[in-house]
Amino acid sequence: MSAFAESEAKETFVLNLGPQHPATHGVLRVKLTMDGEYIAEAEPVLGYIHRMHEKMGENRTWAQFMPNTGRMDYLHALAYNHGYVSVVERAAGIEVPERAEYLRVITAELNRVSSHLLWFGAFILDLGGFSPLLYAFDDREHILDLLESVTGSRLTYCYFRFGGVYNDIDDNFVPGTRAFIKRLRERMPMYHNLVTKNIILMKRLQEVGPISAEMCRKYGATGPVCRGSGINFDVRKHEPYSIYPEFDFDVPVYEQCDSMARYMVRMDEIEQSLRIIEQALDKLPEGPVMAEKVPKILKPAKGDYYHAVETARGSFGVRVVSDGTNTPYRLKLRSPTFSNLSLFGEACQGMLLPDALALMGSLDLVIPEIDR
Amino acid sequence: MNCAAIKQKLAAIGAGSVSETEYGRKGFALDVQVAPEQLVAAVSALDAEGFFIEAVTGVDWLGEQAALRKEAEAKVAAAAKAKAEAAAAAGEEAPPAEPVAEQGELPEDALEAVYDFNHYEALCRVTIRTRVPRSKPEVPTISQIYPGANWHERETHDFFGITFVGHPYLVPLLLPEDADYHPLLKDFRP
Repeated sequence: MSAFAESEAKETFVLNLGPQHPATHGVLRVKLTMDGEYIAEAEPVLGYIHRMHEKMGENRTWAQFMPNTGRMDYLHALAYNHGYVSVVERAAGIEVPERAEYLRVITAELNRVSSHLLWFGAFILDLGGFSPLLYAFDDREHILDLLESVTGSRLTYCYFRFGGVYNDIDDNFVPGTRAFIKRLRERMPMYHNLVTKNIILMKRLQEVGPISAEMCRKYGATGPVCRGSGINFDVRKHEPYSIYPEFDFDVPVYEQCDSMARYMVRMDEIEQSLRIIEQALDKLPEGPVMAEKVPKILKPAKGDYYHAVETARGSFGVRVVSDGTNTPYRLKLRSPTFSNLSLFGEACQGMLLPDALALMGSLDLVIPEIDR
Repeated sequence: MNCAAIKQKLAAIGAGSVSETEYGRKGFALDVQVAPEQLVAAVSALDAEGFFIEAVTGVDWLGEQAALRKEAEAKVAAAAKAKAEAAAAAGEEAPPAEPVAEQGELPEDALEAVYDFNHYEALCRVTIRTRVPRSKPEVPTISQIYPGANWHERETHDFFGITFVGHPYLVPLLLPEDADYHPLLKDFRP
């Protein structure tokens, strides 16, 4: 690995990266101590868009917190919806009709694909390739249109409700989604020919930015970051929730531990999500999309409850402590990128700055989710 | 690795209470209550079994002791009332009311630090809790075992003011660098 500094740092200088920097995708600041071209130390500085969602949760009712969930990870809002409704349903013992669970899975997986497509475009943009972003946004636009017809919004979705979903799909949704799956499957070989097999991309990513499995464990990394380090961990398989056990899909795992491995995991996940959506559309049952007799004023039993879901970036967990009233006593939001970014300081030591930016891009950061 | 093995190990280090919870109902498998002094030993045991750290957070139990006493008093009053009614129904003279036991000052409310650990292979989420008095919230750091705990502990210090003794860099993470308030304390007023 030639990209690592060999000599000890003698004279260093501080380089400020961000908080307004295109490569940090939002307001993240990294204080870098540089030894020439190499990074001697890196300290991410957080909190620029900290909004204290956990405090907001404590002073509004259970249902009133719903819209907040879509504003943390705005790229995979439906997974955050899913995590929060699931934990409240667990606490209050609400049963969800089957059709509603199918719609939840279909929309959440579509949302995952759109998140991965945006990451793909932005990541290649970080590395200096502009046009893949335009292709990716073209495809993503179809998903936004589909989800807009169901959920009513294009980005910060708030579609799930305790006991089901807000409304049923229209007649165009199923054929539209099938057409989109066909379209994206035809486009994926193009992406691989244009980007994955590009020699410049390979040189930038292969054997660069190693994150070992042990480092993942010590920092609590989940999602594509740990799956790119050979750890087969996906909440959808590990502690199955909703109706994921009914679908046949694989968890892509790569052993190389480098930035390329994390890239490949996400590209393969797009296909796996399409497989889930396809099976769900085939099996989609008729019936109500909302449970009957969900109380208007929820008062879950005293105690604390945890629920984790797999978002595009890893395991998102919600811990709620209920004191038996209509507002949460405590609401802890465990966001995946917070843990994934915390290993950056150790992982990028001794790397060249452009390689560290490639590593940072491969972590797939969403800052509002880190800062909450 | 399975949950039963780690349960035994945690019980062996003398953790306060180790109870299995109903996974489908609660979302975690083991609920472990330890004293702050046992925390590092308990976390080391999890580390040796290959657990990864999920999150560290806190809960402020302000008003819990008062609520517990009120509950206990209501129970005593209800028992006395039932006794008097039973006596009246039997046509006897009501027994003299028992003198109310003199109660000392309320014990201090606690801050609770909550640690979540999970395993990449086994389905076993372990929740470790430790309670410290609100006036002196000091918990040993675990960042030397799990470097990932560094940020989680800084966040918990921001929100609750819990001091993680031995932490290498306990400065605000999400709050402004000069923040001297702890917004998730129940008596916090902005």
